[in-house]
Formats: sequence, C-alpha cells, structure tokens
Amino acid sequence: MTNPLVPPPKKNPQKRSRVPTRPSHMRSRAALGLAAAAAEGRFMLQVCDECKTVQYPPRDACRSCLSVELVWKDVSPKGRLIADTTVRTSTNVYFRERTPWRVGTVQLDIGPSVICHVHGDAAVDDQVRLIIRLDKSGQGVLFALPDKATPNMEDDPHMREMTCDPKFRRVLITDARNENAPALAKSFADAEASIIFIGESESWRPYPHREALRKIPKVEILPLDVTDTGSVLELAGEIGGKTDILVNNARFVRPGGIIDRTDVNFSRDEMDVNFFGMMRLAQAFGPAMRGRGADGQNSAAAWVNILSVYAWSNMPEYGAFSASNAAALSLSQCLRAELWQGGVRVMNVFTGPTEDEWHQPLPPPKVQPAALAKSVIGGLKDGLEDVFVGDVAKDLIDRWRAGPKILEREMIESGGQ
Amino acid sequence: MSKTAPNPADLLTGLAQSLASGAIRTIDLTHTLDPDFPVIILPPEFGQCARFRMEEICAYDHRGPGWKWNNFTCGEHTGTHFDAPMHWVSGRDLPNNSVDTIPVDKFVGPVCVIDCSDGAAKDEDFELTPEIIIAWEKEHGRIPEDSWVLMRTDWSKRRGEAYLNMREDGPHSPGPTPDAMRLLVEERGIRGFGTETVGTDAGQGVHYTPPYPAHYILHGAGRYGLQCLNNLDQLPPTGAMLVSAPLKIKQGTGSPLRVMALVANGGASS
Amino acid sequence: MSSKRQGYGGVVVAAPVTVPYQRFSKETAHWWIARALRKLTRSAGIKPADLDGFSVSSFTLFPDTAVGLTQHLGLTPRWLDHIPFGGASGVAALRRAARAVQAGDANLVACVSGDTNHVDSFRRMLSSFSRFAQDASYPYGSGGPNACFALLTDYYMRHFGAKREDFGAICVSQRENALRNPHAIMKKPLSLQQYMDARAISDPIALFDCVMPVAGAEAFLVMREEDARAANLPYAQIRSTIERHNAFAEDPIQMRGGWEMDIDELYGMAGMTTDQIDVVETYDDYPVIVMMQLEDLGFCAKGEAPEFVRSHDLTIDGDFPHNTSGGQLSAGQAGAAGGFIGMVEAIRQVTGSAGPTQVKDAQTALVSGFGMINFDRGVCSGAAIISGSEAS
Repeated sequence: MTNPLVPPPKKNPQKRSRVPTRPSHMRSRAALGLAAAAAEGRFMLQVCDECKTVQYPPRDACRSCLSVELVWKDVSPKGRLIADTTVRTSTNVYFRERTPWRVGTVQLDIGPSVICHVHGDAAVDDQVRLIIRLDKSGQGVLFALPDKATPNMEDDPHMREMTCDPKFRRVLITDARNENAPALAKSFADAEASIIFIGESESWRPYPHREALRKIPKVEILPLDVTDTGSVLELAGEIGGKTDILVNNARFVRPGGIIDRTDVNFSRDEMDVNFFGMMRLAQAFGPAMRGRGADGQNSAAAWVNILSVYAWSNMPEYGAFSASNAAALSLSQCLRAELWQGGVRVMNVFTGPTEDEWHQPLPPPKVQPAALAKSVIGGLKDGLEDVFVGDVAKDLIDRWRAGPKILEREMIESGGQ
Repeated sequence: MSKTAPNPADLLTGLAQSLASGAIRTIDLTHTLDPDFPVIILPPEFGQCARFRMEEICAYDHRGPGWKWNNFTCGEHTGTHFDAPMHWVSGRDLPNNSVDTIPVDKFVGPVCVIDCSDGAAKDEDFELTPEIIIAWEKEHGRIPEDSWVLMRTDWSKRRGEAYLNMREDGPHSPGPTPDAMRLLVEERGIRGFGTETVGTDAGQGVHYTPPYPAHYILHGAGRYGLQCLNNLDQLPPTGAMLVSAPLKIKQGTGSPLRVMALVANGGASS
Repeated sequence: MSSKRQGYGGVVVAAPVTVPYQRFSKETAHWWIARALRKLTRSAGIKPADLDGFSVSSFTLFPDTAVGLTQHLGLTPRWLDHIPFGGASGVAALRRAARAVQAGDANLVACVSGDTNHVDSFRRMLSSFSRFAQDASYPYGSGGPNACFALLTDYYMRHFGAKREDFGAICVSQRENALRNPHAIMKKPLSLQQYMDARAISDPIALFDCVMPVAGAEAFLVMREEDARAANLPYAQIRSTIERHNAFAEDPIQMRGGWEMDIDELYGMAGMTTDQIDVVETYDDYPVIVMMQLEDLGFCAKGEAPEFVRSHDLTIDGDFPHNTSGGQLSAGQAGAAGGFIGMVEAIRQVTGSAGPTQVKDAQTALVSGFGMINFDRGVCSGAAIISGSEAS
C-alpha cells in the first residue's frame, strides 16, 4: 500500500523555492494524441481503421498493413506488468531531482507492449490497468496502476506529480457570490484541501449563502473583485505565494444576444468578468504560481476555469455570454502555454446551463452546483485539462467534434436544447 | 446688514484673505472614488451603474519610463455625484437639463443643512417631513430661494453592508416624503437637494406616490440632486457656500464630482 | 527459402586501426574520423586519394553526413555509404563494402566510425535519439539505454534464472582482458565483489553493467585480396555475414535478437560450426545482450547463457575468449565506434596482430553487432565470421 500523504511542515523561509524543471516535452505530432486523450482522462491508442491493429508507439502508418488511416480510439487499458526497473540516475534534471523513479514494461491485452510509469503498488507479473496522464511538461504519458484500488493509492508520489489532487493543497475560489460557491468550497473541504480562500466582491452587498460559506471548514473569505485590478493585485500580494490551486469561478451571465440587447453594457460586464477577469487573475497570480510549480509536495498545481460549453458554439439566446466564454476559452489556451513552464495545469470545466437564476426559464437538464463541484474535484484528481459537466455539455462537444458547422445550424434551430 | 453694496472685487479679495487666514474654511463633502464604494443596486435584469475602476497605464516602468498615469471608468452616478434634471423621466424635456447645459452659476450657492441624524440613528427608514422642515425654519429661518438643502443623517459614517442596508425587501435608508419635496421645491424654490445616502430618495422610496419623490419632484422642476455626500456634520445649519460643479459631459445626466463647502469659522450666520 | 547468396571470395578486410579513446573531447566527430582515416592510410601505406570507397558511421556528425565529410576531408570516392546502425554498423559496413569491392564499384573502401563525446552530448543524443525513443521511452524517467536494458535484464533474470553474478562474470572477465589493452579506458582490475557492490543505476543494472561513453574512432579497409597481398598487408577473409532489422516484433519484450532468424545461414555460408570459432566478439553495451548473443548465435540454448558463462572462462587465455580488447564495457563506448570495436579487434586477432590481447592460434573469429534502441529494444542485428588468411 502507499504511504498516506502527511500534511507538509510549514515552509522554511530561508529555503530557496526549487525552480520548476520538466520532463522532456519533445513529441512527434502523432504522439500528441496521448496528450489529447489525457486531457480528458481517456485511454486511447491509435487503431488501424482497416485492419484494426492497435499501434504503439504512436506512428503514421499501420505496423501491420501500412494503412495510414490510424484513428485514436478508446481501447482496453488492461495488461500485465512484465518487467520493471527503478531509475536511479537520469540525464533529465526533472527526473534526477525525483529519483528513484519506477518505470516498467506492460504487455497490453490488446497487443502492444509499452514502457510506462508504474504505481508503487503494482508488482511485476500483476495485472495492471493503464491510464494516460499529463506529466509536468503537459504531455500525455502512460501510467500503470494496480488492477484493483489500493489504500491511499492517489498519494503515490509519482502519481501526485501528474495529478492536481487538492489534498493538503491551498485553494482560492473566486466569486463567493456565485451560487455554486458553497458546493465548490464544500467539495474542496471534503477533498482535504488545507485552506480554502474564497474571494468575495462588494462585501457591502449581501448575498444569501454567505453564512453557509462561512460555516464550511477551512474557508477564509477575503475581498476580491476580478473586475478591479487593484483588488486582484492586493489579494495576490497577500496569498499569491500560497495559492496552489486557483478556481476562476467568477462569471457574469445575462440572457440575450446582440440586436435585442440594444447596448453593449452587459456584454462589457461579461467580458470584464469572464475574459478580463481571467487575465487580471493570471497577471496577478500567474507569476507566483508558475514559479512555484515544483515547490515540494504542495507546489502550485492547477488553474481551473469554469466556462460555458457554449464557448465552443454560440447559443444565440445567450449569445453575448457565449462569445465572452469563447474569448475566455481562447485566453485559457494562452494561459496554458504560459503556465506550462512551471508545470502548472490549466483545467477548463465546461458546463451547460447551470441551475441558477439566469438559466431559470431553460428546461432541464441543468447542472447542479454539487455536480459541477464533483467534476472540478474529479478533474483535479485525474489531472485533466478538459472536463465536460452534465449531459448538455457532453452532447454539445460530441456534436462539435462531429461537425462545428452543422452544430452552428442546430444551435439556431433548437436554441441549444 | 450693509448699507451700500460692497465692491465685488473687494469681496473676492476679502474671500481670499479669509481663506488664507482660516476665517473661512473649505470642507470636503466628497467620498474618495474607490472601486469598493457602494453604488445603487437595481434588480439585476436592469443595467447597473458602473463601479469606479482604474487601470494603470504605466508607472515609471517599461510601459512609460518617466511617468505614471491611469485610465479610470465609472458611471455618471458613481461615488459622490450630481444628478441633473434629465436623469429622471419627469425632467426629460426641460431646457438645460444636462450637466453640460446647466448654467455654471448653479454650481456655487448657499446651503441649508437639516440635521436628521438623531432620527436616522433611531429609525433607518426615517422620513424627512414638512413638519421637520417647518420646525427647522422656526429655528434657523425660512429656507432661501435657490439654495441647496442637504439632509444630514450621518449615514456617511456607515461602512460595508450597513451603508446600502439591503434586506430581502430592498434597501432601508432615510429620505424625504413626497410632501416634504413638494414643500421644498414648489413652495421654497430650492436649487437642489442632497443626501449622505446612495440616492436622494429613501431606500424604500419606490413605495411612495410618486415613486422616488425626490428624483421625480426635483428633476421635474429642473432642480438638482447631490448624493453620497460626506462630512455634513461639519456644516452649519445655514451660512455655508456649496461648490459643486459636475464634469461637463455632453448630454450627461449626472457626474461624479468634488463637493466642497465654504464655512465661516465660528459657525452659522443668519 | 534457401540461400542463393554469393560468398565473399576474393574480398578481404585489413588494416585495423583504433584512435585511442578519451573520456571527454572538445573535438568533433570530424576530427576523430580524420585521425582514424589518416592512421588507416598510413598503416596501409596508401594516400587518401587512393581511397575510392568511403563508409561512415557516426552519431555526432550533425548536421553533416558522409557527404559533408568528403568535402571536409578532401576525398573523392566513387562509392559512399553512411550507416546509422549504431552497434550493428561494423558488420553492416563490412558486408556492404565487400559487395562493392566484389562488384567492382570500388577498389579500396575505408570503413570508419568515430564519435566525439562532449560533456553534454550523451544527454542531448538520448533526448532525440529516435522518434519512438523521444515519444515513448525517454519521457519515462529519462534513464536512456540504462533503463531500457534494465527492463530487458529484469525480464531475462525472471525468466531464465540469471543472477547478477552471471552478468558480473562477463564484466569481470572483460576487465581482465582490458588490462592487457593499453588503449582501454578502464585500467583498474574489477572483482566480482566490486561488481556486486557497485552503485545501482537502474535496477537491476548497476555501475559496471554500463559502458562508459567516450570519444574515439575505429577503422578498417575492405579491398581485393590480390591488392592486399600486393601491398603486403595482413588481411582476413570474410566467411559469412548476416544482418536483420526489427526481428521478432511480436515478442512482448526483447529476449532474443535477429541473429536467431539467420543463424543457420551464418554458419552454413561459412561452412562452420560454433566449435570452430576461436574468438567471439559480441556487442556488449550491457551484459544481458551478450547472453542473448551467446544463445542466438548458437553457443548455448535459449536461457542457458547464465550456465554457459558460469562454466566457461571468457578471458583471452580462457576456453572461450570473448571481447578480447575488453569490449565496450571496459575499453569504452565511442558512439558508433562501439559497433566497430569488435570487428577491428577480430581482424587483429585472426591476422595475429592483436599484440597483448592476442589469443593464441586464433584463426577464426565471430563478430556480432547489435544496435539502436529505437524504442524498447535493439532493432538492428548482424554478425560476421572472418578468418585469417591461412585458414581454410
């Protein structure tokens, strides 16, 4: 079994923070498919469209029939660990700082053998289950887990390098006023986050769930308005150096598109919160997080954006809001590229209509705050980059992948329903 | 008092000397424009007053090595601000109803301060009534025509949630009744009315007839409003001079501004 | 499919040269190859312009290839080859050059391998060694070939009961050989105890299972027999060669190499059996691959190499002289020249010019090559049997 993680001691202020290093990120274009699979926590390998041979390592032509029609497909992750080694000297600084590091050869039931990272609880000759995770360089890597769950298995130190588990990490959730804030805070408390900072804007304006928030263990409510650069900088000055996970939860949503809205005021608010809010937070909190990507067990780990799935395809009834989220989605990709250097993950959680006042007239299904919170925690534990919450979001991204232009027409006709 | 009208130039010279000597003090009646200062809250489906926001352009750095400056944004009705007649539907068709067309002599003038602080301390829905105005006049004399009337409640000393004092049924803060406004506007002919609260009307002012009587009656008669005033407790009931010039915004319905009062040392005159 | 291959009659290999290795070098691969070529021409008594064939193996020439070298070194060959087979390059260079000479495409082919070793060049080479290595093995701990061979060794030990002592026996005997080779990088004796106690590198591989990356170069000439005789050069006959790539791709992990596919042809073409081999030079970047070669080349059955090394003496004077120069494990691995070290030593052995490492009465040598851990296993394999001119 894995030794359970213990809360780390307070940081020695005289100790230099370790500069983040990364495993090699060089990959062929074909191999980037692993990152795409890892981003969503899927186990996918290339499969020949013609002869169905499963391929590994990723390649450009079938090793069996030379067809170039290789398709990434969800395949069985089962296999057997047939050899292992513990690397004690490495030419890469990242691994050198983390040796001993265990790797192994797994023979997959579906054919190929792979070299992979190996969980401490998986023994040679055992059945194992492979997962694909993003490593600190943001690339997809294979990781062999014991076939059956073992105690504290998520605390395996190699595994923790590739996930963003909130356990013993310090979290900042922006926008206490958001109706989902209590559910999010509670989920982080249940996941054993060590502190849950919650940013509250306009404390002069009451909101219904403030007391409920206050009662959640580990919660500290602090002033933060993502539309106010000064406020963001001030909070970053205070807690930026100990924010391990930042949940960018602020959202401004109003129904409406372009013509019937008459003016750009709500749109400006939508952009100010949904787009510029992320940018202000990133400019204030990003530098410290990027610098603390390797700061021991509690390093900065993840940046979470809660976005509308209509970032992918505009829902005209919420047309301007969708547009602000499209901008935010694009910005998050830039943020991902910039936080990459520190090994800090950017996870986007895409949700369909949420159960709140602004989506009140929409028919179900709507995403409940608890479901959203569960996805956020689950995504962090699995180290994901893209999470789709609820049936509407999952359906939309399926349609988007099948054909964005067709989906655009569907959005006009059905209003996204 | 004086037998012959003094030479206006001498008056200004005397004013300058009095300001320099401290015989006349300048009181700042303005709150700092602060991003976190409360603004009026309407139901969220309506557009809202923009909060004060500031973005640094540069600060002696790579964005501009030798200087510092900011861009700021806000609404016309953010912070300590001036309401022009065109702010309200009752004043929409009046001449000179926007901040850029109001004659500038309206921005300097005498001011009366009605102290309602005791009442407001006891009752957050405290009403300024004609009776209170009449009683005040008994003590301080009739409110002069074309003067400002400020309602002192000490509300400006409140912080955080206590300022808007929002509850399930909306904000609770003191303000004038319709009759009080009619008395001030129609019978006394005041230039404008000012408060320490976020609006010239009471928090529950929507429930009067007409709703929001201060706005409705003041602006319908082409008069002005001042709100979010500060330091009214430093003003005498009468005798002070109010300086309150809004920004010259084309067709502006109001503007944040610096409000000052000139006060003769030694208190009220009459 | 029966072999219709022609023999190598009339073509010989001569003039084995080694540029003594250095642990690190500030020089380039070009510099090392130039030195080898100069030594080669001097020892053969020829001028560079006499060379009309040129074969190059090197990892560190980038951005050049053999093409750039012709201009750099002032050669005007009519036959040019560049062999990126790593540890299999010596055998491949020999068999290609031999066919060129045999067909008359070239008269005199210089086969050269050489690499430099800068302080950081090993790491740089590993991170971009091959596309599959870059994508599918280097990101996993970046242990390089140490980790890959550790996995093969782990598997081999579990399946065939090999003990670390068995691998140690190979390393210790090669060190003993190396002590007689003045150019070997390793100059201190190695005891089995020292081998066992060495620092772990990538379990079960420890320090003395690993080769030392060095700078160096090796070379030989391929030419017509009559030309060698006319020049009064000692030479060796090429009795047979084999080459195979990506053999047994379906094996879940490597426990055999391509030799197993071609062994019958190797001995058949030479008209020999294993007991007629006097000296064996295997590719030895890790001792586990030596064991696989002993098996796949027919000296013992699959899985019996541990017992074979227990029951044989692998030193120069032993009953199974093996890697007589000390091999890469003790002489050092000079990049692609690691694929030549066995060939050059074998030429010396069968021409009686090995000096201090000479095996008494060595007539016939088997040289085996193995190269390119493209992903999880070595892809290239080759072998050659050569004999001294008095043999057969």
